[in-house]
Amino acid sequence: MDEILKIEQLKKSFDDLSVLDGIDLSVKKGEVVVIVGPSGCGKSTFLRCLNGLEDIQEGRVSLESEVINPVSKSTVNARKKIGMVFQSYDLFPHKTILQNITLAPMKVHKRKKAEAEGEALQLLERVGLVSKKDNYPRQLSGGQKQRVAIVRALMMHPEVLLFDEVTAALDPEMVREVLEVILSLAKEGRTMLIVTHEMAFAKAVADRIIFMDGGKIIEQGTPDDIFEHPKTERLQSFLKTFTYDR
Amino acid sequence: MGFEVLLKGQNMARLIEGLGVALRISAISVSVSIFLGIVLGVVMTSKNPVVRFVSAVYLEIVRIMPQMVLLFLVFFGATKALGLRIEAEFASILVFSFWGTAEMADLVRGAVKSIPVIQYESSEALGLSRLQTYVYVILPQVVRRLIPLSINLITRMIKTTSLVMMIGIVEVLKVGQQIIEANRKSSPNAAFAVFATIFVLYFFACWPFSCLSKYLEKKWEN
Ligand SMILES: Nc1ncnc2c1ncn2[C@@H]1O[C@H](COP(=O)(O)OP(=O)(O)OP(=O)(O)O)[C@@H](O)[C@H]1O
Ligand SMILES: [Mg+2]
Repeated sequence: MDEILKIEQLKKSFDDLSVLDGIDLSVKKGEVVVIVGPSGCGKSTFLRCLNGLEDIQEGRVSLESEVINPVSKSTVNARKKIGMVFQSYDLFPHKTILQNITLAPMKVHKRKKAEAEGEALQLLERVGLVSKKDNYPRQLSGGQKQRVAIVRALMMHPEVLLFDEVTAALDPEMVREVLEVILSLAKEGRTMLIVTHEMAFAKAVADRIIFMDGGKIIEQGTPDDIFEHPKTERLQSFLKTFTYDR
Repeated sequence: MGFEVLLKGQNMARLIEGLGVALRISAISVSVSIFLGIVLGVVMTSKNPVVRFVSAVYLEIVRIMPQMVLLFLVFFGATKALGLRIEAEFASILVFSFWGTAEMADLVRGAVKSIPVIQYESSEALGLSRLQTYVYVILPQVVRRLIPLSINLITRMIKTTSLVMMIGIVEVLKVGQQIIEANRKSSPNAAFAVFATIFVLYFFACWPFSCLSKYLEKKWEN
């Protein structure tokens, strides 16, 4: 399979605080990479570096040989090929669901309204939210908002999708409806990088799992490698935090 | 009840004319304040410490000083102390604009700051440019937050213009006093009628703004 996203010796710090300390990662087209690790280890920062929301101190991020980070004028186009969904609900509150979804395609890709709306309705249908198209975000539940946010990202036809703990702020009964959507995207062969604390989901969706700690990749492998045969002591103790003994 | 004085001569017309003076001063001051306030408010969102300090001092001064003191300071201070001849009306427009600009700027600053960073970031992540982000995502939200607050400011400014009679401008309140004085003998109760009328006049001057604000708030509830 072809490599699509390449991260080389990525280093990132906030003032004196070093957050990412030399990360190398190569993602193949259609691969689903899940990133796990303790809170504060730099997972969100890592994803944000991948679409240029954070500038970096050293290293390089490139998408199909186009440089994304370090950010410059020439990186703008490559960045549009990366979609991202955040943990907090970030829909535009003054726009209806349909307007939220069609804004970027119409303004960035200059697509015709009718055509963009056509695709938007198809995607809404797929996540079961067509009936909400004229509602405003505040009239939706958290799980519904996150599904809309996914659709909004898909409308830009991204080559890589980044998900940063998209279910972390949701009530437990809404987690599944969102994760099902992401699972179906994985089945379609989309390239995705997913940060999550849902280990059962990670196991189901991932081609490869990355375990990060202290700004470094400590261990990586298939779900089976990571969950059944963890090699490092740090990963073993991290996994223990998800099980309970009495 | 004394209402008969209003029917005497040109009294009612004079009252309305007086209101016109007050509204003219308000309208000019409000326009200047909104324009300068928006500019200054955007400047105030800057991270530059000097800009922030200067604007904070300006705002504090305006907040602490009663408008009447400012009015006296500019009108009598400038004319007497500096020997400048300023028209009373010009002095009052100056003072109300000075005050309104500060208040408006603070509202604008607050409204811009209240938009969460994630709104900028998700817009950027969708590929929208800086300009597009402001035009389609940030400004519409800022305006929605701003309109009810600035309408409140406008009505406050209209009401406060009644202070200008203190520097000799013949506006509605002053006309009212003159009418009461002139009819002290014939209608000793004129005060009630005159002030009640002024109350109604002010009510109708501010009420449309209030309605507009309520309407917009309802409309943008979603
Ligand atoms: N804008 C910022 N300025 C300064 N420090 C920051 C900033 N953003 C993140 N950090 C710090 O960088 C470190 C990594 O944060 P990050 O959000 O990437 O962690 P995370 O792995 O996503 O954690 P979580 O699982 O809790 O979401 C933390 O110590 C955090 O305090
Ligand atoms: Mg995070």
